[in-house]
Amino acid sequence: MTPSSDDAILVQDLVKRFGEFEAVKGITFSVRRGEIFGLLGSNGSGKSTTIRMLCGIIAPTSGRARVAGYDIESQSEEVKHSIGYMSQKFSLYEDLTPFENIRFFLGLYNVDRSRWKERMEWVLETARITEVKDRLTRDLPQGWRQRLALGCALLHRPEILFLDEPTSGVDPVTRRHFWGFIRELSEQGITVFVTTHYMDEAENCDRIVMIDLGTIVAQGSPAQIIREVCPGSEGADLNEAFITLMARSAP
Amino acid sequence: MSWVRIRELVRKEFIILFRDERNRRVLVMAPIIMILVFGYVVNYDVKDIRVAVVDQSRTRESRDLIDAFDGNRTFRVVEQSADQDDMERSLLEGRVDMVLRIPPDMASRIRKGKAAPVQILVDGSVSNMASMRIAHTATVLNDYNQTMIRRRAGRTMEYGHVDARVRTWYNPTMDSKNFFVPAIVAFVIMLISLLLTSIAVIREREQGTLEQLIVSPLRPVEMILGKTIPYIVISLVQMTLVTILAKYWFSIPIAGSLFLMFTATCLFLLSTLGVGLFISTVSSTQQQAMMTTFFFILPFFMLSGFIFPIDNMPVVVQWLTYLNPLRFFLMILRGIFLKGIGFNILWPQYLALVVLGTALFAGAVARFRKRLD
Repeated sequence: MTPSSDDAILVQDLVKRFGEFEAVKGITFSVRRGEIFGLLGSNGSGKSTTIRMLCGIIAPTSGRARVAGYDIESQSEEVKHSIGYMSQKFSLYEDLTPFENIRFFLGLYNVDRSRWKERMEWVLETARITEVKDRLTRDLPQGWRQRLALGCALLHRPEILFLDEPTSGVDPVTRRHFWGFIRELSEQGITVFVTTHYMDEAENCDRIVMIDLGTIVAQGSPAQIIREVCPGSEGADLNEAFITLMARSAP
Repeated sequence: MSWVRIRELVRKEFIILFRDERNRRVLVMAPIIMILVFGYVVNYDVKDIRVAVVDQSRTRESRDLIDAFDGNRTFRVVEQSADQDDMERSLLEGRVDMVLRIPPDMASRIRKGKAAPVQILVDGSVSNMASMRIAHTATVLNDYNQTMIRRRAGRTMEYGHVDARVRTWYNPTMDSKNFFVPAIVAFVIMLISLLLTSIAVIREREQGTLEQLIVSPLRPVEMILGKTIPYIVISLVQMTLVTILAKYWFSIPIAGSLFLMFTATCLFLLSTLGVGLFISTVSSTQQQAMMTTFFFILPFFMLSGFIFPIDNMPVVVQWLTYLNPLRFFLMILRGIFLKGIGFNILWPQYLALVVLGTALFAGAVARFRKRLD
């Protein structure tokens, strides 16, 4: 694979071993700038391990990856400035108000002081939480906290947004709204890297990589994958394709 | 290194710490309660030894002996009976601390110029109190013997002897609170800084916010400063609070320099924050952190000379105490509080705090960074 300036993320032979267990077995793929990219797989497939390596939370055992043009191992500092990350576990300070949380992350990312007010208002408005900005975050409904977390991940205007199972435990209405917002971000040129095991949601992605037991089993656009995996079956969806693939790879 | 990041971390830490009403109360009340408990309750001073007397002699000599005890400010004769079994029951039930039995032939033996045995029964279940009571009893008996010698030899008799004029320096009233309260200052600081630091890190891990910090450009050194500065500030404030109480409530003299005291505190904090960070790397829940903290605090406490004199410990254990920062901090605090000595005498202890603090803190930081990566 040749690196191109269109690639926001480039992953080559990435391996992660935990002792004897090989969670990610040498995967290679790339993500284009500005696309919504989905990493799909069931629980334990290695998708969380992959996203955690790309974000610098854990170090890869071997292989290389470039995120926003920077090497994840030798240039982790630059990588961290270029990415936003939201984990499946709600991870803001529950004992702080939304206002205090936003302020904290503005400081954490060294956002220029002159832009604090503008960024603060932007997050409060986009997340639609202006009227509760002085209540404790722990008292807000799950969906609201999620929006706040997403807002905080975007405070420093990252090039790439990583979302690790962002919609688990979120109601369908909020979920649809969420995907609408992701589409908007993508239109603004932000690359979105999302992991999920909800196949119906994955249809919102421009391109998908499906992994199982640490290896890639399919990749392409949702339509492409469905065509390849379930040829001839009219009205097949990603869910069906995924189940077919799982059945194939099962020992 | 970004000061904005550190400042925001510290601000966040303080907000979270003081937002909870219960936290606020604990932070203020814990040191006050500890100093009150140790100032009032822990008391090794021997006063008011309650004596039961079994006088089987019933003579002038035996009455003189009883008066010698009763007239002494430390003793108080609370029971008299002819039946020894009664007295033993009183001792068993804790109504008296000591039984004095004067046998029937006491007076006749003294008059014949012989030694007259009297029996002293002491409740030894609290051994250190018992030994102090025995020491006081010996003083009373000694005085009594002197009187007897004078009486038999006549008032004109002169004999050469040593006359001890004892003066206790540095704690003239031999008040045990003067000994304990400075140590409480050290203990409060240790407990608070150790526990709060480790819990502050683990709370982030439990809530998943640590992950959020790791994906941010925050550097380990900024993280460590952000996590320790708040607890350095809190420890110093508590130190001040407890010192004020020690001086104005318990009238503990502060003979030495406050500046030296705060310098020593900062050096001591290096060790405790190091251990706190270390605990945060070996525990994954707040409960574990608390258990580990007490696991560390107990040996620190026992091997510091806080209560048990280091000189009485087995030699190998005495060597171990040289690894204990609390030992040196206590020597400095007691030296400054009571003796008023300065850096010219205490410098080896300061040096020890610097060496131990640097080693503990550096070790913990190395481990902490590794856990973050």
